[in-house]
Amino acid sequence: MSFPWAKPYEPKHPLMKWMDEKLPIPRLVYNATGPGYPVPRNLNYFWNFGVLAGAALMIQIITGIVLAMHYAANVGVAFNSVEHIMRDVNAGWFIRYAHMNGASMFFIVVYLHIFRGLYYGSYKAPREMVWLLGVVIFLLMMATAFMGYVLPWGQMSFWGAQVITGFFSAIPIVGEPVRQWLLGGFVPDNATLNRFFSLHYLLPFVILGVIILHIWALHIPGSNNPTGIEVKDEQDTVPFHPYYTAKDGFGLGVFLLVFVALTFFSPNMLGHADNYIPANSLSTPAHIVPEWYFLPFYAILKAFTFNFLWIDAKLWGVIAMFASIALLFFLPWLDSSPVKSSTYRPLYRIFFWVLVADVLLLGVCGAMPAEQPWVILSQLGAIYYFAHFLVILPIVSRIERPLPMPNSITEAVLAKHAADTSSAPAAA
Amino acid sequence: MASDPNPNDEQENGVRRRDFINIAAVSFAGVGAVAVVMPLVAQMNPSADVLALSTTEIDISAIQPGQAIKTSWRKQPVFVRNLTTAEIAEANRVPMSDLREPQSLADRTKPGKENWLITLGVCTHLGCVPLGAAEGENKGDYGGYFCPCHGSHYDTAARIRKGPAPTNLVVPPYAFTSDTVVTIG
Amino acid sequence: MVRPLGFLVGLGFITALVLAIFTTPLKNEPNVAYSFVKHPRHLKLASDGLMPHWDKAQLQRGMQVYKEVCSACHSLNLVAFRNIADLGYTEGQIKTFAKGFQVPSVNPDTGEVATRDGLPSDHFPAPYANDVAARAANNNAIPPDLSLITKAREGGKDYIYSLLTGYQNPPANLPTELKPGTGLHYNPYFPNLNLAMAKPLADNQVTYADGTKASVDQMSKDVTAFLVWTAEPKLVKRVQVGWAVFFFLLIFTVLAYLSYRNIWADKKH
Repeated sequence: MSFPWAKPYEPKHPLMKWMDEKLPIPRLVYNATGPGYPVPRNLNYFWNFGVLAGAALMIQIITGIVLAMHYAANVGVAFNSVEHIMRDVNAGWFIRYAHMNGASMFFIVVYLHIFRGLYYGSYKAPREMVWLLGVVIFLLMMATAFMGYVLPWGQMSFWGAQVITGFFSAIPIVGEPVRQWLLGGFVPDNATLNRFFSLHYLLPFVILGVIILHIWALHIPGSNNPTGIEVKDEQDTVPFHPYYTAKDGFGLGVFLLVFVALTFFSPNMLGHADNYIPANSLSTPAHIVPEWYFLPFYAILKAFTFNFLWIDAKLWGVIAMFASIALLFFLPWLDSSPVKSSTYRPLYRIFFWVLVADVLLLGVCGAMPAEQPWVILSQLGAIYYFAHFLVILPIVSRIERPLPMPNSITEAVLAKHAADTSSAPAAA
Repeated sequence: MASDPNPNDEQENGVRRRDFINIAAVSFAGVGAVAVVMPLVAQMNPSADVLALSTTEIDISAIQPGQAIKTSWRKQPVFVRNLTTAEIAEANRVPMSDLREPQSLADRTKPGKENWLITLGVCTHLGCVPLGAAEGENKGDYGGYFCPCHGSHYDTAARIRKGPAPTNLVVPPYAFTSDTVVTIG
Repeated sequence: MVRPLGFLVGLGFITALVLAIFTTPLKNEPNVAYSFVKHPRHLKLASDGLMPHWDKAQLQRGMQVYKEVCSACHSLNLVAFRNIADLGYTEGQIKTFAKGFQVPSVNPDTGEVATRDGLPSDHFPAPYANDVAARAANNNAIPPDLSLITKAREGGKDYIYSLLTGYQNPPANLPTELKPGTGLHYNPYFPNLNLAMAKPLADNQVTYADGTKASVDQMSKDVTAFLVWTAEPKLVKRVQVGWAVFFFLLIFTVLAYLSYRNIWADKKH
């Protein structure tokens, strides 16, 4: 939009001209994801995940609307209504498994999208607003996924709701009243299930709205790229369509292959056996674990086992867990280095990969029972997590000496191809 | 094509081949999208458990001539009526030309069981339940059934005679399992 | 401002965690029971893997075991008689089979609680009217519904098969506190080692119509295969549809890749 060489929308057909005068949606699409949006020419496959996250959300919304036509949000029949979908509704098993594994696919894609943002510094100026809206989307996704997991009203649904609403009871004085307000009772029950269903249906559309803002905010500075160097002139860019629509089409194919393999060949791999037992408020499963995408945060929650200062361990855990996500809001200001891409940040790159390993370790610890060595590993993992963002990153961004950088995206691209001198004549 | 000696032709073929691949990819995506829509539409059809409730057995031994009972089949009301000789005679007297949907009483009953008139209790106009099955209800101008919603009158063979309904009350598929038991569906 | 404040907050969390490390004992409470629990034995079934099919003869035998043995205590609430068409029964056979069960009903004349012959649309009737009755009849342990059991237990079908075949006398070195109490039975595949269900199967407990020898192992395999089917009747269809979708997508992905390379052919990136 702010690129002077962006191809202007020129409707040829009279109908499109008429439409453009009355309601210029074709123009909007043309400038957002069409030939009118110039994008750096050097994006790698990590830049596919934004579009794929959008696709995952659409899959969830469509399958979810269909499931809601058969699901009954009442504790007496919720579990059986899900089994009714699995057994009697036409193609119901497919739609339910697609929705169930679609949630996991959505998180896989979003985590890779966040990984891309962290590695290539996409959160930095001028894209702070894109990042902030992204963190909002992430929080909304977590809330939506949690409430969705409660709906089948199996054992993990019930005890997940019990444990997660239990976080709020850690708040001093008002904690217990807040928890009862959230649940509409003293334990998760019909009132809880109904409000979770209502919100689970609502939030995806809120996410959709924030995604539109996220994309809007992205289009003002334009996309980041693997060099982290801003676009300088036309030869640094290609039009989004057909170049990146074609690439995203291929990416969508690969995404769907993985999704289909999961949905049809191993639909319960990422789930828990206990959720095929109807909810029972008198018996807790031996081993309560959240869905895999919450595990790193769950490990941080469990790592705090000591009452320190006037705050008890339970409250420390809850605060730390929320803080581990909330600190992402401050990331654009915690990292003061003007260099975006880790390619040119030798020191940051090391710590970044340690962080990736650390989050994976926390994920493993989150799935393990509260026994050694998992407790100490999750404690060490949590220490590094906070140290990375709040201590190491601000220091590294001051003392680091970045590697020499190319002058432009085109220069970087040509340097990459320099060895390959026998190739076709250089394109503009 | 690849062996074509003319370089210009080869280039053109190359361009065409490239277009072909793009078109093929987009067409495949289109076919896939249509294929995915199919289960999403099919899920709204009656599910297996609903279809499984498709037969109802009724004991008709207690229904005296002139009486009718209301029962249900696939959750729709069904009228089972034991016609009196007078009602049968009246139904048979009506000339076919007077009927909106010409059907004789024999067409609408089983041979040898002409006194047993079994129809859905669903008005063919807009689906209300007509009156006339229970004792003392308005049977309409033709002594059969009367739909109070928009004033459709059915005769003793449950054929439409007056009012907005387009067709006779529907006779569901049924069979006599024995002299006193009817299986609908 | 963000950085100094963040630094302080980070220091707070880190201190709390360091203190937590020093106050958490590094040794676990010893858990003797762990060393006696066995990993489930693998059971290979026709419905396994990426080319599954239903072994209908085995499923029919398994249903016979359920009907003649398990159904005395365990319900199968989610399965309707009409569903056993999947096992190769004809409509007539299903009607006759359903008629052999009495399902809860209401006397049409008096409105009193009664039973009637089962219909294909009915579900397998439960052995107990409610949980209280189930608890009272079974030494305070409710026999779980079996419809989803192979999906509802860690280890799945392997666990069910191992549990059915795993009853044995407690080993001599078993500590006293782990020995089965009154009404409990030792089984190393059960997470708590001792369970309320007594050994349910004995050799030749059922007589198979197809002449298969009814050993405990055979009956365990058959009933487990049946319970895999009850847990997911659409399993075979799911994988078959999956392959069709997968190959379609594979071709699409290859075409999309070629199309992508074509469009980018004249652009270095």
